[in-house]
Amino acid sequence: MSQNFVLKKGLDIPLAGEAALRVSKTIAPGIVAVQPTDFKGFLPRLLVKEGDPVLCGSPVMADKKNADILLTSPVSGTVKEIVRGDKRKLLAVLVETDVRQQHVDFGVRDAATLDAGQVRQALLQSGLWPWIIQRPYGIIADPDVRPRDIFISTFSTAPLAPDSQFCFGSELQAAQAGICALSKLTDGKVHVSLDGKRRTSPFSGLRGCELHTFQGKHPAGNVGVQISHIAPIRKEDIVWTVSPATLVAIGKLFTTGRYDVRRKVAVTGPMAIEPGYVETVPGMPVKEIAPFLGNTPAESLRIISGDVLSGKTVGMDGYLGAFDNQITLLHEGTEQELLGWIRPFRFNQFSADRSYFSWLLPNKKYAMDTNLHGGARAFLMNDGYYARVLPMDIYPVYLAKACLAGEIEKMERFGIYEVLPEDLATCEFVDPSKNNIQAMIEQGIDLMLKEMA
Amino acid sequence: MNKIFEKGGKFYWLHSTVDAFETFLHVPGTVTTKGSHVRDAIDLKRILILVVIAAVPAALFGMWNVGYQHGLAVGDPRLNILGNWWYGFLRVLPLYLVSYIVGLGIEFACSQIRGEEVSEGYLVSGFFIPLIVPVDIPLWMLAVAVAFAVIFGKEVFGGTGMNIVNPAILTRAFLFFSYPNYMSGSSCWIHYKPTEQLVDGFTGATPLALDGASAQYGTGFWDLFIGTVPGSVGETSVIAILLGAIVLIWTGIASWKIMCAGILGALFVGGLGDLAGISTIPCYMQLLYGGFAFGIVFMATDPVTSAQTEAGKWIYGFLIGALCIVVRLFNPGYAEGMMLAILLCNVFAPLIDHCVISAHLSRKAKKLKTA
Repeated sequence: MSQNFVLKKGLDIPLAGEAALRVSKTIAPGIVAVQPTDFKGFLPRLLVKEGDPVLCGSPVMADKKNADILLTSPVSGTVKEIVRGDKRKLLAVLVETDVRQQHVDFGVRDAATLDAGQVRQALLQSGLWPWIIQRPYGIIADPDVRPRDIFISTFSTAPLAPDSQFCFGSELQAAQAGICALSKLTDGKVHVSLDGKRRTSPFSGLRGCELHTFQGKHPAGNVGVQISHIAPIRKEDIVWTVSPATLVAIGKLFTTGRYDVRRKVAVTGPMAIEPGYVETVPGMPVKEIAPFLGNTPAESLRIISGDVLSGKTVGMDGYLGAFDNQITLLHEGTEQELLGWIRPFRFNQFSADRSYFSWLLPNKKYAMDTNLHGGARAFLMNDGYYARVLPMDIYPVYLAKACLAGEIEKMERFGIYEVLPEDLATCEFVDPSKNNIQAMIEQGIDLMLKEMA
Repeated sequence: MNKIFEKGGKFYWLHSTVDAFETFLHVPGTVTTKGSHVRDAIDLKRILILVVIAAVPAALFGMWNVGYQHGLAVGDPRLNILGNWWYGFLRVLPLYLVSYIVGLGIEFACSQIRGEEVSEGYLVSGFFIPLIVPVDIPLWMLAVAVAFAVIFGKEVFGGTGMNIVNPAILTRAFLFFSYPNYMSGSSCWIHYKPTEQLVDGFTGATPLALDGASAQYGTGFWDLFIGTVPGSVGETSVIAILLGAIVLIWTGIASWKIMCAGILGALFVGGLGDLAGISTIPCYMQLLYGGFAFGIVFMATDPVTSAQTEAGKWIYGFLIGALCIVVRLFNPGYAEGMMLAILLCNVFAPLIDHCVISAHLSRKAKKLKTA
């Protein structure tokens, strides 16, 4: 039964630099990185060495815990370098692309006629399996488990998030094939949520799944928030989530027989010159988008793979993260601001707090920077101060404190199974005590994983 | 910051203090390292300075009232508004100096020991403390009380944000139980020098202690509402406190739920008292007497020591209001119940929250099971 949800709590962060709806460049990067660190819970074992030729879809590494789970190359070429960090930790495999892109042929098949085992086999072989995320904990899905349900949020409400209609408007057929395949993997339902603010969605025509609409401020588009409204995760429950880009890639695996993770990526943010979209593959070096950066010196620019709330700082030498379809460019706010906090008005700073006057200018967009705007303090404000930006039935401060204290029982009570750090990002944004709430939740989840293993 | 104040530098022991003054002048150039890359412009300095601003009307009125009450007591009401205010300002200023020098001194030292930045919490406590004590309190007593409250009420728990009871209320409680002669009765509320001749029939007792009986002052509704009565420096004027309440509620710093619940609680018990004939004053007058208004607006709503949950705030506020009036009605020896009501409820706030959250979670679990 489909439902419409209107969420009252939340916060849209009015960041300047929204991407114009056009593809300004199709990037065929010279080098692509396959980064195992993007996939939480994936312990990499190398399957290639430097100089090996790979095709698009050839396995590059496997999971040490389950050798069936593979990461594959998104392009064809030769393995150029294996990048390791401290203690020889595998950080990335760099593939130098060749001119004639060749694909491993996984065979065109009708997903509707396959059984669960065949679908699972196809996903594992092609390297699409690690893109399926398990909740709780946000780790890669276990192929031996049948999840209670599978959830897909087709839109994002994060600041400057790419436009769902623009990115996936022409992919309905692939998405439908993806739904057919995924529905074989669960005994429950495949839940797909649409943006309630839009009248049309490329996904509204999907069959074989439950369609819901969500309307509200960020994080209403977060799949975690949606799960908690559709069918909350209880202890012992396991559900999977799939991003819309992954859904399309799964569909294409069956409709074209290829591992095809090309996507539109929004280059956004107040420091982006003519923000727009590029078409590329995950693992693209950030250097490829140099035209968007202009002449800003590297030290005063923060390059984020993902959105400003939960994205990762990658820097000039970094790569686009596997799950990201957005790059955000911010100014590093290292300047001191004379008498900042005591000025009655600071019209160029955004605050969700009523003690500033941002509420007078509801449509203003702000060129925010990375300044912390204050010193780190202990939690002082009430739980309700944070809960007003979190449309979930949990107590954010209690959960964060339980994570800090490492109290498993309390973390369970306060809902650690239902959240990933990204879901509490708005709480972190508004926190006047400048706590790193997402890092606290991450710490709690890591502890749970360790204790439950 | 100069290198000599950084770790390993010669003056590292002054690090927290220098940092406090530096960040007072300007927002530092610190950037985000983890999590959200952009942050709200709000910080604790802004929030806490707003609480101070909200209390300014009460403080200004309190200073005027000190001068005005003195004039009445010595039969010399010649001074104009500014004159009265200036007279009071000179009497209250030493209280502020003692409160801030002792309190901030301890705060700075403790922050340095913990190796943290100085938290702004005491800016507010230090502003409130002179407003909730009698103007003639000896300064050394105030210093001892502030030191006790800051060290044992706050720093031993880990500083601002970790405390269980409100340090300002604790200061007052310490004074009350240690030096009761200076904190109650009829001689402490109005400033006058021993050499000054008082008018005939003068009593400096607060309206609360007189329980509505008339003295040489009018103690009608409007006197109490405007605040032209003896009492602690900042507590008398309900209208000045209401101005502060508007600021606090509008900015969302203080919870309107706690304030409303407190008023409901007081009216409830006061009304019962009226019906039972225990009390001779109408229940709504209880809201104007003594420290009720100041307490419910500024003290009970302290976000650290009040209840955290929304339902908990209603319970917490109601209990404060109700307990305050219970003390007033049944304890003839001690007329002011607000201080003890808030202290007691501060201690019970975590329990209230625990019950509210447990009830909520078990309801949620039940719903999930049936779903």
